[in-house]
Parts: sequence; structure tokens; C-alpha cells
Amino acid sequence: MALKGAIVVDTERCKGCGVCVANCPTNTIALAHEVNSRGYNFVHMANPDNCTGCTNCATVCPDAVITVYRVKI
Amino acid sequence: MAEKILMKGNEAIAYGAIDCGCDGYFGYPITPQSEVMETLMKVQPWETTGMVVLQAESETSSINMVYGGACCGKKVMTSSSSPGVSLMCEGISYIAGAELPCVVVNVMRGGPGLGTIQPSQGDYFQTIKGGGHGDYKCIVLAPASAQDMYDFVDLAFELAFKYRNPAMILGDGVIGQMMEKVELREPKPRRTDAEIRALCDSWATIGCEGRHGNTITSLSLDPVTQENFNLHLQKKYDTIQENEVRYATYRTEDAEHLIVAFGCMSRIGEAVVDLAREQGIKLGLFRPITLFPFPKKEIDALVPQLKSIISLELNAGQMVEDIRLIVNGRIPVNFYGRQGGMIPDPEEILEAFLKTIK
Amino acid sequence: MDINEIIKPENLVYKKTPILKDNILHYCPGCSHGVVHKIIAEVIEEMNIQEKTIGVSPVGCSVFAYNYLDIDWQQAAHGRAPALATAIKRLMPEKYVFTYQGDGDLASIGTAEIMHACNRGENIVVIFINNAIYGMTGGQMAPTTLLGQVTATTPYGRKAELNGYPLKITELIAQLEGTCYVTRQSVQNPASVRKAKKAIRKAFENSQMHKGTSFVEIVGTCNSGWKIPPVQANKWMEENMFPFYPLGDMKDR
Repeated sequence: MALKGAIVVDTERCKGCGVCVANCPTNTIALAHEVNSRGYNFVHMANPDNCTGCTNCATVCPDAVITVYRVKI
Repeated sequence: MAEKILMKGNEAIAYGAIDCGCDGYFGYPITPQSEVMETLMKVQPWETTGMVVLQAESETSSINMVYGGACCGKKVMTSSSSPGVSLMCEGISYIAGAELPCVVVNVMRGGPGLGTIQPSQGDYFQTIKGGGHGDYKCIVLAPASAQDMYDFVDLAFELAFKYRNPAMILGDGVIGQMMEKVELREPKPRRTDAEIRALCDSWATIGCEGRHGNTITSLSLDPVTQENFNLHLQKKYDTIQENEVRYATYRTEDAEHLIVAFGCMSRIGEAVVDLAREQGIKLGLFRPITLFPFPKKEIDALVPQLKSIISLELNAGQMVEDIRLIVNGRIPVNFYGRQGGMIPDPEEILEAFLKTIK
Repeated sequence: MDINEIIKPENLVYKKTPILKDNILHYCPGCSHGVVHKIIAEVIEEMNIQEKTIGVSPVGCSVFAYNYLDIDWQQAAHGRAPALATAIKRLMPEKYVFTYQGDGDLASIGTAEIMHACNRGENIVVIFINNAIYGMTGGQMAPTTLLGQVTATTPYGRKAELNGYPLKITELIAQLEGTCYVTRQSVQNPASVRKAKKAIRKAFENSQMHKGTSFVEIVGTCNSGWKIPPVQANKWMEENMFPFYPLGDMKDR
């Protein structure tokens, strides 16, 4: 059985601090090249296939911008 | 027949607190008012009414405990004497800025600095003109007897809640230490949680049952918001000035000269009036009971019949400035006072008064 | 597997607690305050005590904590939060009462209030954020600033002979009879966040058991004050703060 995950980022609230990126164990997320209306490079799933839905990114996020989903397959 | 008990003014504050349904007292010992907390600790009202009594680690902490309790819609109070009240001024400013009801008792002693432990009225400016930072006012009651000390706790809480504003009882070492008969009222019960919720739920921090959280703060980073709030405060103070003036007079009907005195000095002033009258001088006495709101209109109304006013104070001349603002040069406004804990006798005052009208 | 197949309500495993309001936090990117706010909010939600919790916010960056957690809040004068909390808890013993204070607020100007509230064993929770600097006023020396650390008021590094030593106030607090639980935690990675959250939950639970004061220090970062980007700041914290402020429980009874 494998775990498959996905995150949804509230990009407007994201400040692009990158703490989630540093704590992602599967190299799923990265800061986007685009910026939000406040000028921050928000986080996104650069490699969505890697995500296991471990919630590490959301756990360390200071701005609570990440929602995590997970399925067992 | 109501019960009458011989007690000190400071003890009367303690009984006044218990009997008006006070929820909490937080204090720190300082002469000449330590009997307030000593009495409360001896009576142990937490066993009867549930009133909380706590000795804090400082006056700074006491007033901030009062702030915390007042945020909860509770009837909370503290008492201290001049140096201690100086320490409380930060907290009083916060309480005024957060529009919270509470009662602070100052049993004044001589200053500045550590000063003396004898009676004084040297904190008039501090109390009336601010003390803490920013444009705020406390409602200020000036007791002249142990009975006043007892009665004014209830009155101060009533006014504090009516206007959501700190109320101060500005006593002095004479009133605090003097023993007099005090007539006790039927005690009021403390407000129930449901009553507090009904009365204060729109602002108090009593748990956000069925609503979003309330925040009590005096902080605003936006100057427009802050100015509007300040204007709101000033409007409230105008309403208080309009509606809450309290005063007493003694032999003013035909008076040609007037003593203005508050607190213990009004008691001595009555004796001066009688002495002057024996010499055929038509002297009367006006006692402001509320120092804010100051009885401006009421003193102004007496000016046309008067040749002079003398302000009697246990300080270097503080209230006299407010009287001069009212009189505005129409008649002489003189001053006599003692400082440092000294108290004048009636003969001494009469002599000083006679010199002013020569 | 298509992402839209995964992003469905039944597959939800983590979302922002509704105790946290939707306001965008004013904190700098990567600031530890946000994580601590979030885990306090999660504890409040999990314990179902939103309507029974009263927070006291300090002076400092976290003065605005009241903008983010949907509970009743009081905003205290600088350092006085433990005095407010004392009165709230004594007057309403059934409520959960916590203070949220930074190092300047708690360990400098408010030293008397925190010591005596803890010594009386007030049944409150104290959340103490130690980032070794004054954040809101622009990065001046805090009582907890490390020796050698550069701040706006120690531009050549903190020197003991000029500035005194960094204050391990939590160790002092642990000596007080009134405290029942004293711990130092951090929030820089998922494991530490989960541990810190457990500590905060335990502290809230203690406060209803009349065991005394629960004190949770969180060693955190101040990226702007330290002038170090968020991810590197976490590393700097691990390398420099943790040796002087070691993590773990100091007291649990």
C-alpha cells in the first residue's frame, strides 16, 4: 500500500518563507517563480507525484496556508 | 435601625467593598491605608460572598490585576497611598484607555518622593489632571468621613460601570485613620455570572459563548481611529461633567466670603466658618464631593454674592487653580495650605483668612 | 493519480483550524510566532475550550495575537500579563487562562510579575517566546540575547562586562514551588512542532487540575531582527541557541 498526497496552498496568505520547502521529505514543493499580490514567491507543488500527504509542510507553516489531502492506494 | 459600628475610614473602605458586592480586591501594603487589606484578610469575604482578596507583589501588579479583573466585567478595586498610586498611574491610563470600570482608592500622604506617612492632599493634580499618560479622566470622589469611605465604594462602582470608566476615591490619611461611627447598609449580593453576561457580554472577556472573541485593548496604530476614540472619550467626560457633579455647602446662603475645601479640610473648614461668624464675618463653605466632575457651575453661581474665595488644601495650592479658572478674575481667589503631613487648626486658618480680606 | 482525485473532503488530513481567523498574520516571513499561534489554536480546538479560554497578549510583536485567535483577549501593559491572568483565573476559576509573552516582556520589564505569578502557583498557562531579541522595536538586545550576538543596541556583539549575561529565566522559574510544569520547546521542524503542541496541551490540561503554573518556553527565530533568512535562521538557532537554551522538560509534577 502506498500513500498519495496533495496540498492546496492559500497563495495570497503565503509569505514564501521556504520553511516548508526545507522540511519536505519528498522534494515535492518549491517556491514558485510567480509572486502573489503582496510580492511573495508562494509555495507550490513542483513535483506533485512525489507527495505522500505527510503534513510536514503544513505543520511547520507559520501562516497556516497549507491544506493537505491524502489517499491510500 | 441600621447597624452603626465604630471604625477607621480604611476599615470602612473594606466593609464598603464587601457590602456593595465587590468581586475582587488586589492590593499592596502602604501606610496610611494598610488597614484596608488587613481588614479584608481578617473578615475573609471569600468564605461568604466569594469576593477574591489578594496581596500582590507591587502596586504595579495590583493595578494590573484590577485591569485583568475589570476586563471580565467584575467589580474589582485596589487601594494605596500616594507613592503607590504613582506606580499605578500606568495601569490607570490603560484602564481609562480600554474604557473599563474599576475603583482605585488613594489615601493620600505627604510627598514628593517617599515623603511622610502623615495626611496630605498633594495628589490633587495627579488625580484630576491625569497622572498617567494621555488624555483621560477618572471620576473622582472626595470622602470627608468614615461614612463617606463606606458609602463611596458603592457609589464609585455605580459610576464606574455607568460610564465604563475608572473611578477614584481620593481620601487622605486623616479620613483613613480617623475612627467614626459608620452606618452599614443592607449588603448587595455580588453579580451572578448570568447578570455579568447580560450586562457586559458586548465587551467583556468572559468567554466567547455564542459569539466571536472580544478583545480589550487600548492600542491603535491608526491616528484617525485614535483621534476618534479620544473625541469619544472627551464626549463621555462632558456627559459626566453634566450629570454627576456632587457637592455640599455649609452656611453659604448669605455668605460674602467662601471657603472651598474637600476631604478632611472641609471638616476643618466648617469650624473656621463658625469662628468667623462669631466675629460677624459672613463666611460659608463649599465642599466639592466630586473633584472630577468639578462643580464648576455651582461655584460660578455663588461668585456674584461673594467678595472673596479661599481654597483650603493640604498642599501647595492645587485645586485653587481650578477655582481661579471658574472665577476668571472677578473676585480674589486666595489660598491657604499646609504641606508635608501638617494639618492646620481652625484658628490658624481663620487668621490666614482674615489677612486675605484686610 | 490525478490531483483532483486526491483533493476531496474525505481525503482531508490537515487544514487550518477555524480558531485561527482568516486575517493575514503581520509577522515577518518564517516567524516562529505564527507556528506557536497555530498550535495554541489547534489545542484550543482539540480540547473544545474556545468559549472558555481567555488569552492575555503582551507588548511586542505578539501584541496583535488577538487579531488571529478567535477567543476573548486582553491586551496587557508591557510585562504585566501575568498580573492580568492572575486576576482572571482567580475571578473565573473555571476558565482557561494563558499569557503569551516575548522575552523582553517576560524576562525584562515583567520579571517581577512572572516570578510572583509562578511563585503563587496561579493556575494559568504561560507561553514564553524566546527569540533573543526585541522584534517589534527593531532588533535591540533582549535579556536573552546571547553573548557575542549582534543587535541594534549591541552593534559589536553582547559583552558580559557591558551588557550582563543572557538570562535563563526558565531555569529560575523551574525552581519556584508554584510551578508544576516547566518546559523548553521549539518549532523549527515537524517533530519539534508536534512536541511543542503536546507540551502546550499538557499545560492547558494542568491549569484545570489546580497543580500550579505551567510554563512553556518556545525558543524561536526572529529573522528580521537577526538579519538571517528563515531557513538559515532555524539552523542558526539550532547551532547557537540550543546549546545555551537546551530543550526539554525542566519540571513535571
